[in-house]
Amino acid sequence: MLKAEGLAISMGGRELVRAFDLSLAPGECWALLGPNGSGKTSLILALAGLRSPQAGTIALAGASLGTYPRSEVARRIAVLFQDEETDFWGSAFDYVMLGRYPRSKSAWGADEEGAAAAHRCLAELDLSDRAGQAYRTLSGGERQRARIAQVLVQDAEILLLDEPLQHLDLRHQAQVMQMLSRCAADGKSVLAALHEPGHAALHCGFSVLLYDAGRARLGRSSDMLTQANLEALYQCRLEPAGTRSFLPS
Amino acid sequence: MKPVPVLVVALVPASLALAIAFGSVHLGAAQLTDALLGRGDEIAREIVWGVRAPRALAAFACGGLLALAGALLQVLLRNPLADPTILGVSGGAATGALAAMLLGVGAAGLNLAALAGASIAAGAVFAFSLGRSGWNPYRVLLTGVALASGFGALVGMMLSLAPSLQVQGMLFWLLGDLSPARDPSAALVVLAACAALAFSQSAALDVLILGEDKARSLGIAVKRLQTIAFGCATLATVAAVLLGGSIGFVGLVVPHLLRLSGVHRHALLLPLAACLGGSLLALADTLARTVAAPAELPVGVVTAMIGVPVLLFLLARLR
Repeated sequence: MLKAEGLAISMGGRELVRAFDLSLAPGECWALLGPNGSGKTSLILALAGLRSPQAGTIALAGASLGTYPRSEVARRIAVLFQDEETDFWGSAFDYVMLGRYPRSKSAWGADEEGAAAAHRCLAELDLSDRAGQAYRTLSGGERQRARIAQVLVQDAEILLLDEPLQHLDLRHQAQVMQMLSRCAADGKSVLAALHEPGHAALHCGFSVLLYDAGRARLGRSSDMLTQANLEALYQCRLEPAGTRSFLPS
Repeated sequence: MKPVPVLVVALVPASLALAIAFGSVHLGAAQLTDALLGRGDEIAREIVWGVRAPRALAAFACGGLLALAGALLQVLLRNPLADPTILGVSGGAATGALAAMLLGVGAAGLNLAALAGASIAAGAVFAFSLGRSGWNPYRVLLTGVALASGFGALVGMMLSLAPSLQVQGMLFWLLGDLSPARDPSAALVVLAACAALAFSQSAALDVLILGEDKARSLGIAVKRLQTIAFGCATLATVAAVLLGGSIGFVGLVVPHLLRLSGVHRHALLLPLAACLGGSLLALADTLARTVAAPAELPVGVVTAMIGVPVLLFLLARLR
C-alpha cells in the first residue's frame, strides 16, 4: 500500500499538485490522466521517492518512504520512465534482465528464476524472437515493450508507469493494458499515466484526473471518465466516437 | 568459452614476451632463454631483467590503467568519446612536470610536481561537479575541458620560455613516453586495486547505463557509485600519467574495441579493458623502441598513429 497525503509539487515555479491525497491499495489499477504539463510525470517521480515534494508525506506500508533504504524500495516499487537515453550494448534479453538487479545482487550467480520470468515476459509481449537481438537495433515500439518487460521482472508489488503505451501499436496497447490489469488482479497496485481515456475506462477501475493549476479529482473510473469531466480536463469539446473509433476487445 | 575473452587474456603473456624479446640490442633465442633463466651472459641478463622486463611491465600497467579509466568514464559521463584526458588530469600533471623541468629539479621533484598538478586538476573537477544529488556529467565534461585548455596554455607558455635543450624532454613528456619509467611496481599495485574496486561495482555500472533515475529506482546509491567510479578513474589516470606522460587513445579506443566485439557487461569489460589496454601499450612501446633504433619514438606517437585510424574506422561503423 502506497499512500500520499497532502502532497504539493511545483516545477519551474508552476504549481502542479496541491493538497493531493492518493492511496494505491493492492489489487487496484489506476489511470493517471491529464493534459500535457499537468504534472503526471512529477507525481510519479514523487510517489517513487525520486523527487521530494514541496509538502506532504508518502508512506509505504505505513512507514515514511524516506526511511526505507533504496534497495528495499526497489524490491517494492518498480518505475517505468517516460524518457530513456541509453547506450545499452547487450541483447533485448540482457536489457530485460537488468530489472532483476534489486533481486539478484551478484554479478556471477545465475538467476534462473529471473531468466525464466524474463523469457515469459518477452513471450507475453511478442518479443520472443527478438530476445537475442541487440537492444539498440529494436524499433521504438519493440524497445518500449522490452522496457515494460524490464519493469515486470522486477516483481515489485507497486508499479508506477509513465506513459506505458507510448510508441505502441493498437494491438500491443491493448495487450499491455491487459497485462497491467492482470497484475492488479494478482494483488499488485498499478498506476499508469495514459493519454487514452478509452483504455482507462476498459482496464482501470480507478482514475486520477490532473487539471492545470494544481487541481485534481480521483475516484472510480465509471464516475470520473464522464464526457463533462474529460471536456473540462482536456479543455476541448468531445463527442462520443461511436462506430468511427475502435479499441481492441 | 567465448573467443574474445580468451584471446584478450592470451594476448597478455604474448605481448609481454614480445616486449622482452625485441629491443634496440638484438638478442638471439638461446641468449634470451639463458638470460630469462638467469644464466649466461651478464649483459644479456641485465638487458632482459634490468631494462626490458620493467619497461614492458610499466607499459602494461600504464595501458591497463588508461583503458580502465576510459571504460569507467565512458559509462559515467554517458559519452562514448570520454577518455582519461577529459578529466584535465593529464594537463595538470603535464603543467607540474614541465614546471619542474624548467626549474631543473630532479626526477623525484618532477614526479612530485606532476602529482601536485594532477591532484589540483582532479580536485577542481570534483569540486565543480559534485552536487547535492550526485555528479553532473555535463559539469565534469565542461570542467575537464576548461581545465585542459587552461593547462594547455600554461604548457605552451613554458615551452616557449624553455631553453632549447630542455624542449625535447618536454615534448617527449607531452607526447607520452615510457623511457624514464624504471619501476612499474607502484603502478601495478594501483592497477590491481583500481581494477578490483571497479569490478566490485560492475553489476551496478551495468544498470547505471539506463540513466541515474532508473538506476536509483532499481536500488542503486547513484552518488556513492559515481564517486567510487570517478575516484577509481582519477586515481588510475594519475598513476598512468606519472609513469608515462600523456599517452593518448588507449583509454578511448580499447573499451570500444571490446564493446564492438560483443563485451558489454562490466564484470567482463573492466578486467578485459585492463588486459587489452596493457597488452596493446606493451606492443606499441616495443614498436616505439625498435622502429627507429637506437633512437626511440615517444610511445604516444605510436598509439596515436594506430589509434586515429582505428577510431575513424569505429566511427564509420557506428554511423
